[in-house]
Amino acid sequence: MAYQFDFGQVVSGEYGQWLLSGLSTTLHISGIAIVLSLGLGTMVAVMRLSKVRPLVWAAAIFTEFFRNTPLLVQIFFWYFGSYSVLPEAVNQWLYARDFEFACGVIALTVYTAAFIAEEIRSGIFSIPKNQLEASRACGLSFIQAMAYVILPQAFRVIIPPLISQFLNLIKNSSLVMTIGVMDLTYMARQIEAHTFHGFEAFTVSTMMYLTISLIVSLGVNLYNRYVLHVRSR
Amino acid sequence: MHWDTVYKNFDYLLVGAYPQGPLGGLAMTVMLAIGGIFGAFWLGLGCGLMRISGKRRLRWPAMFFIEIIRGTPLLMVVFWFYFLAPVLFGHSLPEAQSALIALIVFTSAYIAEIVRAGVEALPKGQMEAARGSGLSHVQAMVFIILPQALFNMIPSFVNQFVSLTKDTSLAFIIGVNELTKAATQVNNRTLTAPTEIFITIALLYFVICYCLTEFSRYLERRINRYQARGR
Repeated sequence: MAYQFDFGQVVSGEYGQWLLSGLSTTLHISGIAIVLSLGLGTMVAVMRLSKVRPLVWAAAIFTEFFRNTPLLVQIFFWYFGSYSVLPEAVNQWLYARDFEFACGVIALTVYTAAFIAEEIRSGIFSIPKNQLEASRACGLSFIQAMAYVILPQAFRVIIPPLISQFLNLIKNSSLVMTIGVMDLTYMARQIEAHTFHGFEAFTVSTMMYLTISLIVSLGVNLYNRYVLHVRSR
Repeated sequence: MHWDTVYKNFDYLLVGAYPQGPLGGLAMTVMLAIGGIFGAFWLGLGCGLMRISGKRRLRWPAMFFIEIIRGTPLLMVVFWFYFLAPVLFGHSLPEAQSALIALIVFTSAYIAEIVRAGVEALPKGQMEAARGSGLSHVQAMVFIILPQALFNMIPSFVNQFVSLTKDTSLAFIIGVNELTKAATQVNNRTLTAPTEIFITIALLYFVICYCLTEFSRYLERRINRYQARGR
């Protein structure tokens, strides 16, 4: 049986609209998760470097556990099992809104935060230790020293690996289709089910993902060249 | 809490319906992971060597392949092979096979980059000296460069193995009966203990992946110490 290619049907009309709305959901959920995971990841990294033992252990357990379990399992865990873990009030609030979307955001945030925490920690290690000592000696508290002296320098070093984590997050966001968030992958699957033209639908949506990641990695390369240029002056 | 639900279905999570039916659960996950890393190593090694080759007609296809695969979500690659197979062969492949092919192809792009980094990290003089003592380019690669580079790359390979083990959970989506699928089946059958079931399988994955991560850290220390002694 010869396969009839029909890209026109997939990229135009109703199905084209589906793909675009899927793309916007993908960007939306990734955007929210990027902002939240950056915050959570920074917090965990700082906790892990603090002198308070319980905080260090909690942060270490957090990173090791969420880095070493599959994202898909974590998504299912939040989707099916969150109601007995999260407080009742939070669950009520989530159910009143878009529950699938919220679970997707939580899962992506927590998973990525574990990786980001490690990147930030290695960034902080790359700053000479006497910086912290010097700023403590100037009378800053640990938090102040982190916020004003260490982190601004560390972030400059780790921007490229951080962005590649965000890129991973955008790609990983395709997994939220399993709990019914209507993202790009979900829409491609939907078009496949309606038209049997899965081949074309997946080609077009792969192109969309590729475009995003090629643009981002081009940006990182330009940034790297810029940094090298600035350093060499 | 209903941990007894997990306890009663634990053997299903581990080996599926094995003695009476097909193998599944954790055993399937481990099989996919081992098959995946074995296939991806050879494909990735070939692809990485093509990527650093001096010949454009070898380098460009490899570059194209690596960039496309690394810019695409694994889920897309899984769907690709699942829906592409009927177009290519006229009939669909069994789910486990198409999942394994997708995992191998996806991971090989990352392994190719590890191979490239490992070879490029070696001092340039190694290749020049090997060529200078009369070896051909291929001989120098096989006998001088690769043994050193691959040795240094072992920790990165183990880390890739960890990713692959986590990624096998995506085979669930096209219906392979591995650990995640077994968990959703148990969950759909019992409906009483979703939290407990998913915590259990998360812990099962964690035990495997954490041991591998620690092993890779140990190897990294060993290799660093070995190199510090050697030079």
